[in-house]
Amino acid sequence: MKHTLSVLLQNKPGALSRVTGLFSGRGFNIESLCVAETLDPRVSCMTLVTRGDDSIVEQITKQLHKLIDVIKVTDITEGEFVEREMVLIRVKAEANTRAEVLRVIDIFRGKVVDVSPTTYTVEITGPESKIKAVIDILRPIGIKEIVRTGTIAMARAPKN
Amino acid sequence: MSKITGSQAIIKCLQEEGVDTIFGFPGGAVIDLYDELLDSDIKHVLVRHEQGAVHAADGYARATGKVGVALLTSGPGATNGVTAIATAYMDSIPVVVFTGQVPRALIGNDAFQEVDIVGITRPCTKHNYLVSDPNELVATIREAFYLASSGRPGPVLIDLPKDVVASMMSFPERKPIKMKTYQPTVDPHPGQVEKACKACLKAKRPVLYIGGGVILSDANKELTELAEKLSVPVAMTLMGLGGFPGTNPLSLGMLGMHGSYASNMAVAKSDLLIAVGARFDDRVTGRLDAFAPHAEIIHIDIDPTSISKNVDVDIPIVADCKHALRAMNSWFDDSKEFAPKAMKEKHQPWLDQVRQWDEKHPLTYRDEGDIIKPQYVIEVLNKLTGGDAIITTEVGQNQMWAAQFYKFNEPRRLLTSGGLGTMGYGLPAAIGAKLAFPDKTVIDVAGDGSIQMNIQELATARQYNAPVKVAILNNGYLGMVRQWQELFYNKRYSATVMEITPDFVELAKAYGAVGLRATKKDEVEPVIQEALATDKLVIMDFAVSREEGVFPMVPAGKATTEMLLV
Ligand SMILES: Cc1ncc(C[n+]2csc(CCOP(=O)(O)OP(=O)(O)O)c2C)c(N)n1
Ligand SMILES: [Mg+2]
Repeated sequence: MKHTLSVLLQNKPGALSRVTGLFSGRGFNIESLCVAETLDPRVSCMTLVTRGDDSIVEQITKQLHKLIDVIKVTDITEGEFVEREMVLIRVKAEANTRAEVLRVIDIFRGKVVDVSPTTYTVEITGPESKIKAVIDILRPIGIKEIVRTGTIAMARAPKN
Repeated sequence: MSKITGSQAIIKCLQEEGVDTIFGFPGGAVIDLYDELLDSDIKHVLVRHEQGAVHAADGYARATGKVGVALLTSGPGATNGVTAIATAYMDSIPVVVFTGQVPRALIGNDAFQEVDIVGITRPCTKHNYLVSDPNELVATIREAFYLASSGRPGPVLIDLPKDVVASMMSFPERKPIKMKTYQPTVDPHPGQVEKACKACLKAKRPVLYIGGGVILSDANKELTELAEKLSVPVAMTLMGLGGFPGTNPLSLGMLGMHGSYASNMAVAKSDLLIAVGARFDDRVTGRLDAFAPHAEIIHIDIDPTSISKNVDVDIPIVADCKHALRAMNSWFDDSKEFAPKAMKEKHQPWLDQVRQWDEKHPLTYRDEGDIIKPQYVIEVLNKLTGGDAIITTEVGQNQMWAAQFYKFNEPRRLLTSGGLGTMGYGLPAAIGAKLAFPDKTVIDVAGDGSIQMNIQELATARQYNAPVKVAILNNGYLGMVRQWQELFYNKRYSATVMEITPDFVELAKAYGAVGLRATKKDEVEPVIQEALATDKLVIMDFAVSREEGVFPMVPAGKATTEMLLV
């Protein structure tokens, strides 16, 4: 099963490689990984998507905790959360397909961020499922290049 | 505040930590620090290979419970230490390793003797540091000692760029260390303790399964109290030997691949397994689904990642072993449902069963007239040292025979590379232990193969007056591998015959040590007597029966009840 972990870690040289080294050394898989500074520049927040049964994810969580540079690990898939990913897609946009491309990205609330005589580069943001849907629809038109950020996620704020 | 150099700050930090001896090997990157060492009261032991430095620091740490310290130069000095760092890591031994590094401005430039030792040792240290700011040097060293020795201990490496060590800095006052990202759970959860104790009250066939954690937390007294209070037999891992007296009637000896028949049977038939400071290693469990299949499992460990890693645990207790065992002992003392005598009576049928297993297949070997059996050598060592020597081992059959036939009654008497299984560990570790305890007999039980991996440290032993005794069980083979080839590879002895070995008696002489040899059984005792009588460094070369095997043996991947017996 897919788990999204939110990891707060000290913003120190080598901290990131401790995390990635842990995954490769212990044979855990990483589907995506995003990391950047938090409000406190000494602390980074990492969103890490991994797959595994409960006991593996429990091991991953404990092993992450054990790293001295790690401050907090939350498996946010355990509760309600929002997740977003951004993708840049360069898609073929010639006279006969341009309108179609625009229609599709309009449906997905994307926007065109770069134009060339034969391509559009579009930006789309959403949960992973939406990104996947856009890619599936644009693929037959002709995707030339694609860059994804990987997922970032946040637990939903308590309602009361 | 007046300023001091980085070298001076490092020495002051070592003094603060109570370090009296460090093991190392110099080079350009650490030459400033070596210069400063000359004026300090810290004893520096010059080894002959950096692997030896870290093993010696590790042996010193295992024997004393204090942090061992090693100092290596950059590049090859640092990489030479890696095997020994990994050895300490696998067995959770508190060691701080200082490595020299090229000046900060050159880092990343493939400078002379530059290596990314922090990158290389990341997976085999508890934590490591590159000190990039002189103002952080002192705090880093203090933190390193704290990390190495607290929680689940382990090696910590500090990489020191040469210009950082040469810079001027202030020496801040020492304050208690608090790290928000590192707070090991020392005290057990009372609810879990109660659950565990209640499970003990119910059990009919309980077994204690204890590992190195009992020794690391100095919990042997508490453990012994619990075992005796509840009349529970105790099986020990290789790392746990000495955590409970080997001659106590409740001792089952070692369990696992080369464990006793009784210990493996007892675990297999138990209805309650109380694991203390052990980590369900594959050498202990054998085939996982057949390990303690009927048992409810209690697991006490300070490292949450050890719990339910290989085997699902019913009652986890995350805590320092000593604290958890103390809490269990006092729970029983306060409990109205519990009386030691009634408990003993309840467990009597189980204890009888365990004794029958032991009588049916005791640890033993076949005597063959004049031929020296390696097990016999260990028995004589045990007899003539009263079971009270510090024994280090190399790796292979020698290690297993030492574990099986020497009766360890005290913790910190067996120093052996359990997790990594590092050939070449025993001699430098013995030197570290001997320097910590000059009045104790320290014996390296060695194989003819392993001893050659760090034999150069004989010179270190001589130079620093560390007269350890090396007992080579010389079978002319890489015996443990040969045993596997005999049993599972049709006796095809690929690369395990030691066609050439040095004459160890002559070699001893070359190093200014005493060399003794026994080739017949009746020479064993006199040789050991002579070795123990002299205060010199000694190598004993025992020509043992060449194709002797270590038994019982659980073939890899088999259930622990499927033992090959003598
Ligand atoms: C550094 C290292 N290399 C290889 C091995 C694999 N190995 C395990 S036991 C063994 C044989 C050791 O031979 P020896 O020291 O003569 O001991 P014996 O088994 O004969 O008592 C070997 C090669 C190891 N444990 N460590
Ligand atoms: Mg041998």
